[in-house]
Amino acid sequence: MNKLIEIRWHARAGQGAVTAAKLVAETALFEDRFMQAMPEYGPERMGAPLKAFTRISDEPIEVYNNIEHPDIVVLLDETLIDVIDITEGMHDDGAVIINTTESPAAMRARLGVPESVAVATIDASGIALNTIKRDIPNTPIVGALTKVRPIVQVESVKGQLQKSFGKKFAQAMIDANLESVQRAYEEVQVG
Amino acid sequence: MAKAEQKTTAATGNAFVAEAYRQVAPDVVCAYPITPQTTIVEEFAKFVAKGKVHTEFVAVESEHSSMSASIGASAAGARTMTATSSQGLAYMWEELHIASGLRLPIIMTNTNRAISAPINIHCDHSDVMGARDTGWVILFAENAQEAYDHTIMSVRIAEENSLPVMPTLDGFITTHSIARAEVLDDESVANFVGEFTPEHAMLAEGKPVTVGGFASLGNAYLEVKKAEREAIDASADSILAIGKEFEELTGRPYAHIEGYGMEDAETAIIILGSSAGNARAVAREMRAEGKKVGVIKIRTYRPFPSKEIAEMVKGCKAIAVLDRAESFGAPAGPLALDTMSALYENNVMVPLRPYIYGLGGADVRLDLIRSVYDDLDKAAAGEPSPGLVYLGAH
Repeated sequence: MNKLIEIRWHARAGQGAVTAAKLVAETALFEDRFMQAMPEYGPERMGAPLKAFTRISDEPIEVYNNIEHPDIVVLLDETLIDVIDITEGMHDDGAVIINTTESPAAMRARLGVPESVAVATIDASGIALNTIKRDIPNTPIVGALTKVRPIVQVESVKGQLQKSFGKKFAQAMIDANLESVQRAYEEVQVG
Repeated sequence: MAKAEQKTTAATGNAFVAEAYRQVAPDVVCAYPITPQTTIVEEFAKFVAKGKVHTEFVAVESEHSSMSASIGASAAGARTMTATSSQGLAYMWEELHIASGLRLPIIMTNTNRAISAPINIHCDHSDVMGARDTGWVILFAENAQEAYDHTIMSVRIAEENSLPVMPTLDGFITTHSIARAEVLDDESVANFVGEFTPEHAMLAEGKPVTVGGFASLGNAYLEVKKAEREAIDASADSILAIGKEFEELTGRPYAHIEGYGMEDAETAIIILGSSAGNARAVAREMRAEGKKVGVIKIRTYRPFPSKEIAEMVKGCKAIAVLDRAESFGAPAGPLALDTMSALYENNVMVPLRPYIYGLGGADVRLDLIRSVYDDLDKAAAGEPSPGLVYLGAH
């Protein structure tokens, strides 16, 4: 994969989008590739819409601007669909991954994206509540992302989580996170 | 110098800078927090608290005090570092001249940010450009790797030239993005920067001196300023020599300016900091389309690399200079003014179009950069310049 991959994350402040953007970037480095992750900075207000960005490439990355034409859009809070145009500027062969209990067909109808765009849904909040015991959908949704678009390997995500969590958290918490990634990887639906 | 072992890691630009501070292990750090510099000082303070570096960390009550305390520490003979941004740098203005006038080798990172009003915490170069005439050596980093590298190099540049040095990185874009960079081992950094043994120091055992003498009679002040001018001009060669040594250690070369596509470029953009990457990405695309375009990125901003720039653009049909700062009322932004002087001084007469871009963090979109190259085609065909253009503004 030689191409520059650009991911745009949409969420509300507090949902862990920046952490997810960072996790994907760090996973790319785990695979010895080049990466970049950054939030769109502004006043920090819990619940306010925010964007974050991740770039992955096999070559050094030299662009530092915001991502306007994403290959992948990840939406952590489906209520944002009514607030902002989450697929703005997206490539026609792009993919949207949404944290929701609804089906891909239902979400496709709400988004109004062309057939060429893949729409994937995953109940990442449900999985998080079940495994991590908190509504932080950011870690599981990365598992779903790697299934829909294997820009990094799901095993690398787990490897990176173990590497970064290893010193800070109890084994039970690490296992819960790893399980959330695996479950989302298995349960994501693409339509 | 043999090449050192390096570790590839992911971190924010500020975390890489803080790591460089820890490895340099200065005697004194006096700092006051300001966005987006804060996390440098925060990380470094943690290193001090955990005993990972033995630095006298002085938490001061303002940037004015931060630079005052740094001046005192440096004059006493301590290797001294600090960091600031925006209003903080502006607040230090009078002290900046004192640091350079006393020829104190203070190293101060600046995280480039807009200046109020209106309030804006995002990237531009208004703060550092306000310090461009204060006698500090000024370096611009494109990315986290350069920010880390410049921090370490700055120690040698400062101490070998008895000049304060300001390595800068772009606020948020570089300071807060997570990037990939290579980090040296502690011992290699310690060996590279060496021990600091100032020629004169207030607390030098056996030969103490006083500093800050009175020079209001006769021509003493004029002579001191001339010596300062000569020192900063002469630092250009020293910076290259230190850069060469750093390259032997890391494999990463240093030059005052870096050209991309300049071997055959007909039009070129001159630019500072992180946007150089954006410009290069556009130039890369356009060159693939067969267009002879280039980019010149400036890493050493003071002393200004006039000869190098004139030499690199002399074959061009038209060039653009992109400024991320204003010089209100002047014909163009500061970098464009410097470039015009450099070309005139070296008798290189190439049509030059000045632009202002990205103020207050306005996104440096690739289509904006492309529009500059389109303008340059017209300039090369002889169309008169419209004067200063605000890129991406209504």
